[in-house]
Amino acid sequence: MSDRTVDRVAQATPKRVARKIRGLSDRAIAWIFISPTIFLLLAINIFPLIWTIQLSFTNYKANRIGREVKDVGFKNYERILTDSDTWLNMQATAHFLFWTIFFQVLIGFTLAWLINKKFKGNDLWTTIIVLPMMLSPAVVGNFWKFLYQPQIGLFNYIVSWFTGKEPSSFEMLGSVTLAPWAIVIVDTWMWTPFVMLICLAGLRSIPDYIYEAAEIDRASKLRQFLTITIPMVLPFLMLAVLFRGIENFKMFDLVVQLTGGGPGSVTELTSINLKREAFEKWRTGYASAYAIILFVTVFGLASIYVKALNKVKQR
Amino acid sequence: MTYTKLASVSAIVLAATTLSTKANAEDLTLCWAAWDPANALVELSKEFEAESGHTMNFEFVPWPNFADRMLNELNSGGKLCDLLIGDSQWIGGGAENGHYVQLNDFFDAESISMDDFAPATVYAYSTWPKGTPNYYALPAMGDANGWFYRKDWFENPEIQAAYKEATGQDLREPQSQKELLQIAQFFQGREIDGKTVYGAAIFTERGSEGITMGVTGALYPWGFKYENTPGSYDMEGAVNSPEAVEALEFYKEFYKTATPPGYTNSYMGESLDAFKSGQVAMAMNWFAFFPGLYADPNTGGDKIDFFVNPPQNQAGSTLGGQGISVVSYSDKQDAALEYIKWFAQPEVQAKWWELGGYSAHNSVLEDPGFVDSQPFAGDFLEAMGGVQDFWQEPAYAELLLAMQKRIHDYVVADQGTAQEALDLLIEDWTEVFEDEGKL
Repeated sequence: MSDRTVDRVAQATPKRVARKIRGLSDRAIAWIFISPTIFLLLAINIFPLIWTIQLSFTNYKANRIGREVKDVGFKNYERILTDSDTWLNMQATAHFLFWTIFFQVLIGFTLAWLINKKFKGNDLWTTIIVLPMMLSPAVVGNFWKFLYQPQIGLFNYIVSWFTGKEPSSFEMLGSVTLAPWAIVIVDTWMWTPFVMLICLAGLRSIPDYIYEAAEIDRASKLRQFLTITIPMVLPFLMLAVLFRGIENFKMFDLVVQLTGGGPGSVTELTSINLKREAFEKWRTGYASAYAIILFVTVFGLASIYVKALNKVKQR
Repeated sequence: MTYTKLASVSAIVLAATTLSTKANAEDLTLCWAAWDPANALVELSKEFEAESGHTMNFEFVPWPNFADRMLNELNSGGKLCDLLIGDSQWIGGGAENGHYVQLNDFFDAESISMDDFAPATVYAYSTWPKGTPNYYALPAMGDANGWFYRKDWFENPEIQAAYKEATGQDLREPQSQKELLQIAQFFQGREIDGKTVYGAAIFTERGSEGITMGVTGALYPWGFKYENTPGSYDMEGAVNSPEAVEALEFYKEFYKTATPPGYTNSYMGESLDAFKSGQVAMAMNWFAFFPGLYADPNTGGDKIDFFVNPPQNQAGSTLGGQGISVVSYSDKQDAALEYIKWFAQPEVQAKWWELGGYSAHNSVLEDPGFVDSQPFAGDFLEAMGGVQDFWQEPAYAELLLAMQKRIHDYVVADQGTAQEALDLLIEDWTEVFEDEGKL
C-alpha cells in the first residue's frame, strides 16, 4: 500500500463522496474549493459596491423606508463636485495627508537610522518609541485634548516655556490656523513609530558587506548614505507611505475626538463629512455618490503609486 | 383534615395567582439619555414595578451619542426599546416614519386628557403635524435652557462696588441679553479668591446640537422666526432678518469676549464642569441639571442662584425636554401603554417633580406651593411660558447639522459675516425642503 499523502487522502474519503466526485475534472474540483471564497467576496465586497453605485443615482434615504425612491441621474455627483464645502473638506484632507506623511517619514526614518546604530538600551528605546501606536485612537484623542487645553494643558505650557507666550493666549484646537496643525502633530506622534519600524526592517535588510565594499572603495559616510542606504530603504519607505496614505485618507476617530471637525469645518476631513451625510443626515443616495468619488480617488492614486513602487523595486 | 384541605386550596389559589401574574408580567425597556433626571426616573419607576408586576430595564445613552444611537435603533426597526423618551425634534420623524405608536385612542380609552398638561409641552413634545390633536407622546420632561450664577460673587460688596464703578449699574440678575453680556465681560479675566475667573460658559459644541441650542438662546429673544408664515417654509426675511443678524453677532461677541479660553467645542458637560470648578461666574444649561447643581456641596446651596434666559426684544427660551412614546416595533406595547397610563397620574407626576424630574402636568405646575418648592421652580415656569423649539420636521437632523455648520463657521471659525451665515443657512434649508418635496 502506498503511503503518499494523496493516496492517504483518497483512501480516507468516504466511498459515497468518492463516488460522487469521481469523474470531476481538476478544474471542477478547483471551482468547488474556491466557490465559498468567491461567494463571500461577492456578498461582502462586490454586491455592496454595485448596490452603492446604484444608490448613488437615487434620492434614497435609509431612514425613510416608505418614501418613494426617485432616480436622480448624476444630480448627486453634480451637487458634490460643485459644492465648495466638498472642496474645502478635500483641501483639509490633503493638508492632513501631506503633512502627516511628510513628518512621519522624516522623523520615522531618522529614528530608525538612530535605533539601527548599536548602542546600550537599544531595545528599551525601541519599545518606548512604539508605545503610542499601541494605544487606541480614541484614548489618544482624549488625552491630547487635555494636553492642548489652554489653561491646564502641558503642551501649551511647554510652548510657553520656549516662547515666553502666555499658555492661555493660544488655542491649538480652537484656532482656525492652529487646529489643522494640532491634528497633524497628534497623528505624527501616534504613527511615526509605525514608519520607523518599517524603515528599521529596511535598514536591517541591507547586508553589511555592501558597506564594507564601499569602505574599501573609500566612499565617504554621506556617499554611502546617499547611494546605498537611501536606495535600498526606498521600497520600504514607499510601502510605509502607501499604508499611511490609505489610513489617513480614511482618518476619522482621532480627529473626531480632538476637534469634531471644527472649529467651523477646518478639520472636517472627507471621512467625517461622509459619516455625517450617511448616518446623521441619512442622505444615503448622496452619501453613496460621495463614497464612490472617494473610492475612485483612492483607487486611482493607489494604482499609480503601486506602479511607481514596482518600478523602484525592479531597479 | 379540614386544615389540610384549607392549606391545599390556599396553596393552589396562591400558585394560580402567582402564575397568572407571572404570565402577564413583562420585561420592559425604557430608553433615554444618561443624565440626572434619568436616575430620578429609575427611582420613580420602582413604584410601577411594585404595582404592575412588570420589570423595568433602562437603556441610558450619553447625550452626545443619544440621537445617533436611538435614531439608528428606530430606523432599523429595533426592538431594544419598548418606551422611548425621545427628543422633541424627533416627533415628526417618529410619527411619519411609523416609529411611534399614535396614542389618541389609548388616551381616549384611559381618559388621559392633554388638557391636563402645559400647552407648550403638549404642542412641542406630543403633536404631529404640529398643533394638531394627533398625539405620539405624553409630555414626560419639561425643560428649557436657563442660566445659573455664583450668587456669592454677585453679593460680594467688593465685586459689587467694582461693577458699579466699571458700568455705573448695580450688579444683579441680568434683565436683558445685553446686560447679561456686560456682566459676563466684567467677570472675564477677573481675579477672585486668588484665581482668574471668566464670564460665562455658553454652548459652542460642533458635532451634535450644542451651538444651535446655545445661539437660539440669543436668536429667540431678538425675535428670530423660522418662517414668515408658519407651515409655509418661506424663510427669506425671517431666518436672516436684521434682528437675527444682530443676535448672531451678539452671540459671537459673547463667545469672543466673555468665555473661558479653549471654549470652542463645549456643551452641557463642559458648562457644568466650568461652573463647578469655579471657573465662570455664570453658565447656561438645561433646567434638568438645576437640582443637581443646587445640591452640589462646593458651588450649590447658598452660592448658586438661577435666572431665566433674559429677554431682549421679547422673552424667549430654547426648548428642551421630551415626551415619552411607545415604540411601534415593541412586542410589549400593552405593558408599555400601562406604564404611560401610570406615569400620567397626578400623584405620580407630583412624585416625579419631587425626585428631580420636571413634570409638565398642570396639577403640579399650578399647585400653589410649586413656585417655592425649589429655588429654580419659578424660573422654570417663566421659561416654559416663552419657549421656542427648533424644526421638528422628519428631516430635522439635516436641518440641525446645516445650522451647526453655518453657526460654528461664523462664531468660532471667524468665517464670513453673520448675514452670510444666515443666508447660507437658508440655502441649505431650502435644499432640504426641496428634497422633502415641501418646496
